Amino acid sequence: MPVQTPVSSSADLSQLHPARNPGTALDLDRIRDIRANTAAIERRAASLPGRRSIKKDWQAAWLLKAVTFIDLTTLAGDDTERRVHRLCMKARQPIRADIVAALGMSEHRITTGAVCVYHEMVPAAVRALDGSGIPVAAVSTGFPAGLSPLRLRIEEIRDSVAAGAREIDIVISRRHVLGQNWQALYDEIRAFREACGDVHMKTILATGDLGTLRNVARASWVAMMAGADFIKTSTGKEGVNATLPVSLVMIRAIRAYHEATGIRIGYKPAGGISKAKDVLTYMALMKDELGTRWLQPDLFRIGASSLLGDIERQLEHHVTGRYSASYRHAMG
Amino acid sequence: MTIAEIFDTMEYGPAPESAAQALDWIAARDGRFGLFINGAFVEGAGGETFETRNPATGELLAHVTQAGQADVDAAVAAARKAQPGWEKLGGKGRARFLYALARLVQKHSRLLAVLETLDNGKPIRESRDIDVPLVARHFYYHAGAAQLMESEMPDQQAIGVAGQIIPWNFPLLMLAWKIAPALAMGNTVVLKPAEYTSLTALLFAALCIEAGLPSGVVNIVTGDGRVGEMIVAHPDIDKIAFTGSTEVGRRIRAATAGTGKALTLELGGKSPYIVFDDADLDSAVEGLVDAIWFNQGQVCCAGSRLLVQEGVADRLHDKIRARMDRLRIGNPLDKAIDIGAIVDPVQLQSISELVDRGLAEGGEAYRANAPLPGNGCYYPPTLICGLEPASTLMQEEIFGPVLVSMTFRTPAEAVQLANNTRYGLAASVWSENINLALDVAPKLACGVVWINGTNMFDAAAGFGGRRESGFGREGGREGLYAYTRPKGTTKSLKPITAFRGTSGPADGLLDRTAKMYIGGKQARPDSGYSRAVYGPKGAFLGHVGLGNRKDIRNAVEAAHKAQGWAGTSGHLRAQILYYIAENLSARTDEFAERLLAMQGGGSTPARAEVEAAISRLFTYGAWADKYDGAVHNVPIKGVALAMNEPVGVVGVIAPDEAPLLGLISTVAPLIAMGNTCVLVPSQAYPLAATDFYQVLETSDLPAGVVNIVTGEHDALARTLAEHDDVDALWSFSSSDLSGAIEAASVGNLKRTWVNNAHARDWARAEGREFLRHATDVKNIWIPYGE
Repeated sequence: MPVQTPVSSSADLSQLHPARNPGTALDLDRIRDIRANTAAIERRAASLPGRRSIKKDWQAAWLLKAVTFIDLTTLAGDDTERRVHRLCMKARQPIRADIVAALGMSEHRITTGAVCVYHEMVPAAVRALDGSGIPVAAVSTGFPAGLSPLRLRIEEIRDSVAAGAREIDIVISRRHVLGQNWQALYDEIRAFREACGDVHMKTILATGDLGTLRNVARASWVAMMAGADFIKTSTGKEGVNATLPVSLVMIRAIRAYHEATGIRIGYKPAGGISKAKDVLTYMALMKDELGTRWLQPDLFRIGASSLLGDIERQLEHHVTGRYSASYRHAMG
Repeated sequence: MTIAEIFDTMEYGPAPESAAQALDWIAARDGRFGLFINGAFVEGAGGETFETRNPATGELLAHVTQAGQADVDAAVAAARKAQPGWEKLGGKGRARFLYALARLVQKHSRLLAVLETLDNGKPIRESRDIDVPLVARHFYYHAGAAQLMESEMPDQQAIGVAGQIIPWNFPLLMLAWKIAPALAMGNTVVLKPAEYTSLTALLFAALCIEAGLPSGVVNIVTGDGRVGEMIVAHPDIDKIAFTGSTEVGRRIRAATAGTGKALTLELGGKSPYIVFDDADLDSAVEGLVDAIWFNQGQVCCAGSRLLVQEGVADRLHDKIRARMDRLRIGNPLDKAIDIGAIVDPVQLQSISELVDRGLAEGGEAYRANAPLPGNGCYYPPTLICGLEPASTLMQEEIFGPVLVSMTFRTPAEAVQLANNTRYGLAASVWSENINLALDVAPKLACGVVWINGTNMFDAAAGFGGRRESGFGREGGREGLYAYTRPKGTTKSLKPITAFRGTSGPADGLLDRTAKMYIGGKQARPDSGYSRAVYGPKGAFLGHVGLGNRKDIRNAVEAAHKAQGWAGTSGHLRAQILYYIAENLSARTDEFAERLLAMQGGGSTPARAEVEAAISRLFTYGAWADKYDGAVHNVPIKGVALAMNEPVGVVGVIAPDEAPLLGLISTVAPLIAMGNTCVLVPSQAYPLAATDFYQVLETSDLPAGVVNIVTGEHDALARTLAEHDDVDALWSFSSSDLSGAIEAASVGNLKRTWVNNAHARDWARAEGREFLRHATDVKNIWIPYGE
């Protein structure tokens, strides 16, 4: 059964996008009660790659699934419409057709999860992806630092939504976390959420800026209470991007939020996942900590640019038995 | 399953590690293994073999030799012959061999891991990522220990030939824990692996050949418990090291009693896993996976007894159950399996029966909602709630993947419940409050505490227990002393009997009544009997009470009441020891006269003994605040604190030959380290001790820290040895009570330190050797990071 149904209208994303997270009131007791034992979390993270091993056909299937999690991203100062068009074509056909066919997956329309660009590139991306069912995600709210005027950050969301973005990746004000100013953080994210309307919102915590895993856990909770549909680790511009310990903390927060509210929040690690082997570890982490339901693109995304190339080589190796070369696969 | 189907269901698939090379290794030996004696594989003299099977499948792996008495004799003879040369090689020479073994373990790491998993059933992840790396680490560490032995342990020498008996739960790791320190310190070994799991030991024997280890330094004899008994009983073995069940440990203690064999025992446990309400519960749950679902729960130090604070109990239990459902049980050679096979159908049966008993007593079981393989020895991860300390499952070691849980209200109650066990191996404490965690850790009666963690092991940190979990440490500097003894030779000790006489008190001398000294009070003997004490020429010196069982009972109770002494500062204990010395010094003449009157021999030696006793008190006053623990250099982000803790309530049968100096040489280190004691003074010359309590009374020593019961060494030693609330017993009596004491100590497996009828030069009997015996090392692992 195809995961992504080809659709002509970009509004019909019922399968990719479940109902929005309405959020909850800000529960400060819950925030204060948060514990995260860094040493134990690091041990769990360190032993995880050794605990799960995905081999042979399972590896091929899991890597194909991983492709559907990728938010294929370009966030560079020199982005142009043509450059974005090239990326979008890669998003539509991320794996060479003969490899997909050899894996018996031609019936499944394998595409990336989304294409992620700056606001100015949204119209070009929407045009390039028209009819593909692949949503355009726009980074927003003064990405990556989030320090432009609040009014403008909110306007930026509205403009991107108007331009056809179906997902908005917002950045939070790190200073609210570092100052433990949870009300301010909550209010800010709430305001962003309202600006998103029906469009799904991913909340970038910029975990590399937050200093402690407890801060990561607290910010995760505030973001979910304020109505984030996804929580996302990084902009890719911080010194440290997605790591397994940070992921474990955010995933456990997602699990607890689900237990408390029944609402499933998605997770998006971004930056630092560039190898097929790494993505399998992240997927096993999602499966073991949250359950198989979270191994679908509506609840799991990966912000990555070079990961896809490694997956393509691994999949070709699976088909041919020979190690592959990057030039054998189309550029994005 | 097609790729498309897997894509849609996102299930895990098989990820088997190949067994081919390990099976080839077995096949290349025709699936039959001899014994490793004197550097070569030899047939067993009796020709008897037994099968070893893969518990995951029931398949036959190999035939292993059942050693007989002739084989054990040959192995011991080889070890004996090799020992002097091995020791003379020097630490630096031995270090090279240990280093070679470490390297060989690394070079053959996968073969060792796969063979271990085939034979034992543990997941390949564990044998590959935990067992084998720790084995290599152990040999590296002890290569270093050998290298530094002459410079760092100049007063110690090898014990000789060590007989080592190891269990099946960590076959190769336990081999390393036994062989590496023994070899490092210059001993040679005869090791018996468990009959279920002999193969990696035999592969290790092959590595010994590859390392060029001199013949006879390592000998490996396979077989069942009979072989173990032969090793234990062998007259030419100097030291027995055993890891296994408390029941067998007890039998070994009894069998070696009085033989003079050194003994270390690492036995069972029912280790508490304490979760406070401020813990990171998710991490605590993950810790439980590594505590009780590690190695199918077949771990002596498994955190098998969950103690959770009431306020978070329901939440924690919910999280545990959810986590259990995601454990993957199955083929242990699969790289993505969490729980493998139970080692043998016999063990599986035993786990089932114990759990049934727990359920009959009202426990509610939750079993992981995860599929079990259709055949092979598997038991599902199980959580049992609704039991109390009075339940069987709260007290008995299950040795399987079964966690029992109960709640507590306060930190004090957590400590009480944690210590409400005959065992004392390990404990975990989960709290984000450093004050709480570091307050609780020293109060737990065990040898290892993991704070916010579990089952952390390293060669640099000692491992071992208290109570019925055994005695002795493996790993760390503390573990090296299990394979050494002080340098020098000793003379045999002849019994000293009391002088006889018939006369009464000298004219005009007022009758002085020597009493017992119990709980800070002078007490008449319960028996109502006294004995006259005479000088060498028959002069009457006084009466001394004949203590009995009840006096011992009262003294032990008093000693327990005084255990607040352990919590006092070294500084305070030092001051009191100095003060005792000061008060003794003021009465030097009186004590010298008393010693002279009891023993004869001139006034100069009598006076010298008093002076030496005063000096000895000063020595331990000095040590009281200086016998520091250590911070072990373990490979984690964190520290392992090795704390020297008092042993507890210690009985002392004091030497006869130096009636004052001998008793002070034993009591002073004990009280300096925070122990309380029950002292049985010289049987022949008891009056120096009874005079001495008057010194104690005037020296601010809290009541009950030292209790004195006079009487017959034989009977009183037996009562102390049998007393289950006495933690250790020392005997330096001139009548050889060593065998009787060791045999009678099996009840609570108390630590014993006996003289085996060897004399000691009390003029020089002080220092670290005594302090080591007066303390237990507790390793507290404290990972940190924010």
